[in-house]
Amino acid sequence: MRRSILPVLTVVGALFVLWYAAAIWLNAPWAQDRAARAGETLSMQALVVDAWAQDKPKLPAPHQVAIELWQTVAEKKITSKRSLVYHSWVTLSATLLGFVMGTVLGTLLAVGIVFNRTMDMSLMPWVIASQTIPILAIAPMIIVVLNAVGVSGLLPKAMISMYLSFFPVVVGMVKGLRSPDQMQLDQMRTWHASGAQTFWNLRLPASMPYFFTSLKIGMAASLVGAIVGELPTGAVAGLGARLLAGSYYGQTIQIWSALIMAAALAAALVGTIGIIQRVTLKRMGMA
Amino acid sequence: MMGWLFFALGAWVLGWWINHLLARYPHQRWAQLAAPIVFGLTLIAIWEGVVHGLDINQVLLPAPSVIAARFAVSLDILWLDFVQTVIKGALSGYAIGCGAAFLIAVAIDRYPFLQRGLLPVGNFVAALPVIGMAPILVMWFGFDWQSKAAVVVVMVFFPMLVNTVQGLQASDAMQRDLMRTYAAGYWRTLFKLRLPAAMPFVFNGLKIASTLALIGAIVAEFFGSPIKGMGFRISTSVGQLALDLVWAEIVVAAIAGSAFYGIMALIEGRVTFWHPSQRS
Repeated sequence: MRRSILPVLTVVGALFVLWYAAAIWLNAPWAQDRAARAGETLSMQALVVDAWAQDKPKLPAPHQVAIELWQTVAEKKITSKRSLVYHSWVTLSATLLGFVMGTVLGTLLAVGIVFNRTMDMSLMPWVIASQTIPILAIAPMIIVVLNAVGVSGLLPKAMISMYLSFFPVVVGMVKGLRSPDQMQLDQMRTWHASGAQTFWNLRLPASMPYFFTSLKIGMAASLVGAIVGELPTGAVAGLGARLLAGSYYGQTIQIWSALIMAAALAAALVGTIGIIQRVTLKRMGMA
Repeated sequence: MMGWLFFALGAWVLGWWINHLLARYPHQRWAQLAAPIVFGLTLIAIWEGVVHGLDINQVLLPAPSVIAARFAVSLDILWLDFVQTVIKGALSGYAIGCGAAFLIAVAIDRYPFLQRGLLPVGNFVAALPVIGMAPILVMWFGFDWQSKAAVVVVMVFFPMLVNTVQGLQASDAMQRDLMRTYAAGYWRTLFKLRLPAAMPFVFNGLKIASTLALIGAIVAEFFGSPIKGMGFRISTSVGQLALDLVWAEIVVAAIAGSAFYGIMALIEGRVTFWHPSQRS
């Protein structure tokens, strides 16, 4: 762990250097254009300064994004429509609802698949095929249709999150519930354990490491679902809405700050699951 | 009315019964193929029956027969969109992104320092909602397919990179020592041992990327596109409530996605025939 801190910092540092360099490269034409119209020529230094401080740059410099983030996160009241915390909460609530629904659905399907061979043979291929359908492409339609039948607000977005997050849970849990080997299953049989007892005392505990790994993937997918779910209906709130509004009005700094916020959200959510995983597995004596 | 509902119920019972029978032959190839097909057909039959039986508005949820009719009528539009989105946007981005990730993975594999630095960062980025980059890339590369390909490149790059780097570490020390006793140099070890050993991981990355590529290309079109393409057609048709056309596009996307994934799985079977997961 400690060995990798220096390399990671180096890579991250290199990324920032690249970012600043790219900002100059991408924004310089616009700066020079403006200077040429004003009949001036820019010195190298002035060019760099301008490239890092434009209003609507092609690529905002990191410090511009940081300032925008600070202003919209810390300096606005969280109930304000311009606060990024407010928009994050809108997205987060849909994400969490969809994630919970997806986890429950995925677990139930996995239990069914493991215990019923008919379900295993007919359903499992479709679970896999369901993910080759780009659900995000259907997102607009799902939201419009659900709106038309009177379901609006959180639920349509959560449905998309659910669709994306149930898949890793099904695949992981099927693998996990089948992970006890023949020897262990035979042992349960010598104890005359019923099917339910085998499930609660052997299969379910054995599946926990797989369960948490799937949860992490499902959570990341769920966030993507919620963000894309906000795109099509011209939603007014949420990180996806900020992205869309930003792209309409060319507010690149706003887009980037929404992106960074989404990244931070994803990292925090996945990190939380990681902590729960570590604590739970330690208590169960598996880690 | 009631007739259609009974039809749906009947289809459900029949489908369940057939699959129940099929489940008695779990190791037969034909049963493994037939069960999911029966399940799919049953689902379609139930859908058809319920839509007619409950008199659901055809605008909201078109019956499968209506979608099929629409599909047959608008083949030319669907083909145009398919070429624009799948061939130009998704496939070119997929090839560039996966190719670049593969080469970079081989390059950083030589430097443990880079490896330790890039892997955590790559893992982190792979979990991010990268799709959010779409509006920015559309702004940079314009409305046509180039920007869609760029979105796909960004989306597939990190999953592919992480998988390839992991794969290159898959050969164990004993095997590498053996190569050494054969006096094999870096390149020969790479081509004869480490790349073949990495293939299961590489194909895992390629399969994940294949579904991501299609999603990326379609969603990027929501942020601006010329007047063709699957994402464009879906978002405008939803606006016009022409949901049968949307469903037709979805059918195309589903077929393209499954075929893409299937081809990758097929090639995987040919290349990694030695791997335990392929032998059973």
